[in-house]
Amino acid sequence: MARMVFLCDGERCIECNACVTACKNEHEVPWGINRRRVVTLNDGRPGERSISMACMHCTDAPCAAVCPVDCFYRTDEGVVLHSKDLCIGCGYCFYACPFGAPQYPRATLFGSRGKMDKCTFCAGGPHADNSPEEYAAYGTNRLAEGKLPLCAEMCSTRALLAGDRDEVADIYRERSARRGYGSGAWGWSVAYTADRGGAYAPGGRALEEPERTS
Amino acid sequence: MLTKRRPKTPGTPLSDALRSVDAGGPGRRAFLKAAGVTAGGLAGLGALGGGMMRKAGADSMMPGVERVLRKNVCTHCSVGCTVVAEVQNGVWVQQEPGWDSPISQGTHCAKGASVRELVKGERRVKYPLKLVDGEWTRVSWEQAIDEIGARLLAIRDTYGPDSVFWLGSAKFSNEGAYLLRKFAAFWGTNNVDHQARICHSTTVAGVANTWGYGAMTNSYNDIQHSRCLVIIGGNPAEAHPVAMQHMLRAKERNRAPWIVIDPRFTRTAAHATEYVRIRPGTDIPVVWGLLWHIFQNGWEDKDYIARRVYGMDAIRAEVAKWTPDVVEQVSGVPAEQLLRVARAMAENKPATLIWCMGATQKTVGTANVRAFSILQLALGNIGVPGGGANIYRGHTNVQGATDMGLDVSTLPSYYGLAEGAWRHWARVWDVPYEYMLSRFGSKELMEAKGIPTTRWFDAALAEAGELDQPNPIRGLVVMGHGGNTVTRMPDMLKGMEKLDLLVVVDPHPTSFAAVRQRRDGSYILPACTQFETDGSRVASNRSVQWGQRVVDPIFESKDDYEIMYLLARRLGFADELFKHIKVNGTNPVPEDILREINRGCLSTGYTGQSPERLKLHMIYQHTFDRITMQATEGPLKGEYYGLPWPCWGHPEWRHPGSPVLYDTSKHVMEGGGTFRARFGIEREGETLLAEGSFSKGSEIEDGYPEFTMAVLRKLGWDAELTAEERRVIELIGGDNIDDVSWATDLSMGIIRIAIKHGCLPYGNAKARAVAWNLPDPVPVHREPIYSARPGLVGDFPSYDDRRDFRLPLLNHAVQKAALEADVPSKFPFIYTSGRLVEYEGGGEETRSNRWLAELQQSMFVEINTGDAERLGVREGEYVWVVSPEDGRAKIKALVTDRVGPGVVFLPFHFSGFWQGEDLRGQYPPGTDPFVLGEPANGVTTYGYDPVTCMQETKVTLCRIEKA
Repeated sequence: MARMVFLCDGERCIECNACVTACKNEHEVPWGINRRRVVTLNDGRPGERSISMACMHCTDAPCAAVCPVDCFYRTDEGVVLHSKDLCIGCGYCFYACPFGAPQYPRATLFGSRGKMDKCTFCAGGPHADNSPEEYAAYGTNRLAEGKLPLCAEMCSTRALLAGDRDEVADIYRERSARRGYGSGAWGWSVAYTADRGGAYAPGGRALEEPERTS
Repeated sequence: MLTKRRPKTPGTPLSDALRSVDAGGPGRRAFLKAAGVTAGGLAGLGALGGGMMRKAGADSMMPGVERVLRKNVCTHCSVGCTVVAEVQNGVWVQQEPGWDSPISQGTHCAKGASVRELVKGERRVKYPLKLVDGEWTRVSWEQAIDEIGARLLAIRDTYGPDSVFWLGSAKFSNEGAYLLRKFAAFWGTNNVDHQARICHSTTVAGVANTWGYGAMTNSYNDIQHSRCLVIIGGNPAEAHPVAMQHMLRAKERNRAPWIVIDPRFTRTAAHATEYVRIRPGTDIPVVWGLLWHIFQNGWEDKDYIARRVYGMDAIRAEVAKWTPDVVEQVSGVPAEQLLRVARAMAENKPATLIWCMGATQKTVGTANVRAFSILQLALGNIGVPGGGANIYRGHTNVQGATDMGLDVSTLPSYYGLAEGAWRHWARVWDVPYEYMLSRFGSKELMEAKGIPTTRWFDAALAEAGELDQPNPIRGLVVMGHGGNTVTRMPDMLKGMEKLDLLVVVDPHPTSFAAVRQRRDGSYILPACTQFETDGSRVASNRSVQWGQRVVDPIFESKDDYEIMYLLARRLGFADELFKHIKVNGTNPVPEDILREINRGCLSTGYTGQSPERLKLHMIYQHTFDRITMQATEGPLKGEYYGLPWPCWGHPEWRHPGSPVLYDTSKHVMEGGGTFRARFGIEREGETLLAEGSFSKGSEIEDGYPEFTMAVLRKLGWDAELTAEERRVIELIGGDNIDDVSWATDLSMGIIRIAIKHGCLPYGNAKARAVAWNLPDPVPVHREPIYSARPGLVGDFPSYDDRRDFRLPLLNHAVQKAALEADVPSKFPFIYTSGRLVEYEGGGEETRSNRWLAELQQSMFVEINTGDAERLGVREGEYVWVVSPEDGRAKIKALVTDRVGPGVVFLPFHFSGFWQGEDLRGQYPPGTDPFVLGEPANGVTTYGYDPVTCMQETKVTLCRIEKA
């Protein structure tokens, strides 16, 4: 069974925001909700690097660990989803998430939160695949149609990769070896540490180097 | 406003950086909650409760309902990304990646990934509008066309046809661009222009005067063959993001050095291996400084220069003046850095040179382009894969619209305006030359360059007698063009007041419509986007792509073709205009327009790209190689994607298109070429024809002039003409068939025979390092009109005053006056401008797209950290940017080291504020863009390139005051 992951190659990301608008477009995400966004470090200075971030669908997801109503679940492919029917908008998951992924619509006055919304890896929610109910609450379910998340599919420089962990790692490793440097797989050690192992671990070292090596 | 707060230490964890984003620290991007922009347009966009992502709407996808896929091309930049639209019941509900496109390979930038929003059209103009006593009022199409027609005819009767200015668009399809150029000809004026004037007109003039054609020589994909990338005055990471995938692959796979030369540390520079910061306006000193090292070390390609370049010795003489210390003194580039860059280019061949508007939008734009071209010629990098002058054009079809002659100085396909050109096109249009002549004020006006878009308002403000045409401009018809795109906006607004008639034809009202000064005589006609019609568009690499209608025009909008038909019918020349173009009801057939283009545009090789072939290319996209763009299998095997022009002869010849211009390693029938012979055969005793260089398989193994009947006869090849070809040539030539050339022979017999013998119809010449017909035959440095270095103006003054384009051009006088008024000390900051990835052009269209608008919610001015400290300006505070001419603008400060000390940068996509005042109420209700801001051109100043009348947007002076 595939294990779905995201990887953003900081050497390739140019902060063009295609991933952000592709997501908005695909799921009709309303103004103010950002399932995905691009973060730039050292903005305007040598060493400037951008990274596209969203829910990383962690192996041992902190959001799920803290949720008081247990609304999160993990699909067979490792995608972390949640039920908006169960969510009470308490916001604990936001504080737990290392990536700032959970988003909340302002449903009422006085600052109370609405149901949490986040990246679904284009895999919908607990309703039947591509049912009108699922589409209305979570957006499209591309995985069920055999497609990958649109943000990665449309990425202008192929910086953002999505798919099975082994394939993504192979692509990134080959790319890093070919060019001779890499700035590391941002967030991987946080998101996917718990089930890292096997053939993945030795070669995987290259994926985690924090700084470019040349 | 948003966004990127700097991490306190370099090692801050990413999660912290993300939190700071949510905290809404100021910076480059803005989210709503911290933006302080809550009025008007933004209200009500958020707030959907109950866990629902969306309201059910007519534009939402319906799960389970059949989806139809349609292919079109992104309408933003010139990369030409394929858009795949999913349509349900006639509604565009989703976008899918265009995987099969050899150019974009499934990808988009923020703009391309959100084009569906353009056709959802929340903020589009929904029906025709008329300004009645300051109020926008709904009218019917019939009434609008009738009244506009009557007013146009009244201007024509009173002031003559030249008193109406027709402003077209690089967003048109080829067919639309061609039709408006033809329309203006039938109306009787050359006052017809489009965005190329203000983006790459100087490129077109510069490279065409050097080696023949005004276009990118290679392609985005071909950059993957490059061993060294040099970008000067360009920021593709924001302006052409999808091009970056090809560039990054070259960097990674070839280990290619990547050098960015720019006053600003751009997002592109962040990915470069070397960043060279220059003082704005010193491109020529920097390029001559590079050449100084190249000549000094003997790194030039001597054999290439001997065979294919004319006049390089004159360049050596000029370059010798630019020793490393002089270059450093003028441009600020350290001597050792320039040597390093020169060495990188010399040691890593082929090197590609990429430039954009940082080079072109200058008073010395044409000279800059010439200098860049000469640098590449010296290194032998032109006409080779991986090399080239890779000029990234701006809009989706700015190359095509330029090719279609939507321009004040030429008819379609660069034929010019001389009598011979008019006679050629009269033959193509099948109308008597005398009829065309009768449409104009006079033969002189018919053959005189028109007034360019950069200066239409000077021509509206002028008194009769000041212009080289009978009367000032009294009417302005704008199709697909923003009002905030020209410099000197305070003067432009005064010009708007003078107009009897303003017609805006656009999906959005544009900044032309939101002008306080007008209360009557304005109309807005809702045009649809190119997604709602069919037509071809040309990507920067000269590939022609056919866009298929995704949905029917929404609301009451109509496509450009129909609007032009309705106007022509009202003005009384529809029958002549559409003589050989089929019109269904009131809808001209775009395929028929393209067939007419195919018949007439011989000189650029626009003849082989029939609608049928182009449509096949879209269907068989997947058969083209991802780097060479040549089909490797299937029915199009051997052809290049989009049949990049020149694509010689009739479509049945199946010429594959020319992927790399001037590439002698290929046979002409395989897309090979030579430098074009368009400047004669010799000058001052020296040959202008190539020596010992020729394209593969050429029967003439040396240089040769362009083909005419005289040349054919001399070679004895005229006997090979068929009877029918000879009949056509005799009809065209009359008494003197010797003068009929490859470019006027509508039978294409001369082209056929040239190609049969392996020759280029346009001849085989040397490229010109010296272009004796330009103001500076050898490019020389000239300080900007408003120079921050007054001490250098004496040695490097601007161009002498002159008259051209029907107007006086006073660069020298203005520069002198600025010095006398001590402007540099009163206005101590250098102003420069540029693009943001989310927005495009004047920005009304993209700022009306909520997915894009959300990402960039306020206008800003980048100020260097040290300067800000000195001025006491903090990030996010408002400052006044004050121009040495009339303008001032109230803008938020963005404090950053991205710009160097003494330089400020403004993005040019904003409008809707004016000198601190919010103009939202001036827009027709419901059509105001979500995001408004001060236009960068509110503070730009005088200055025009003498060759093309390009405006100066990249270097002037300003003052920063705390607001």
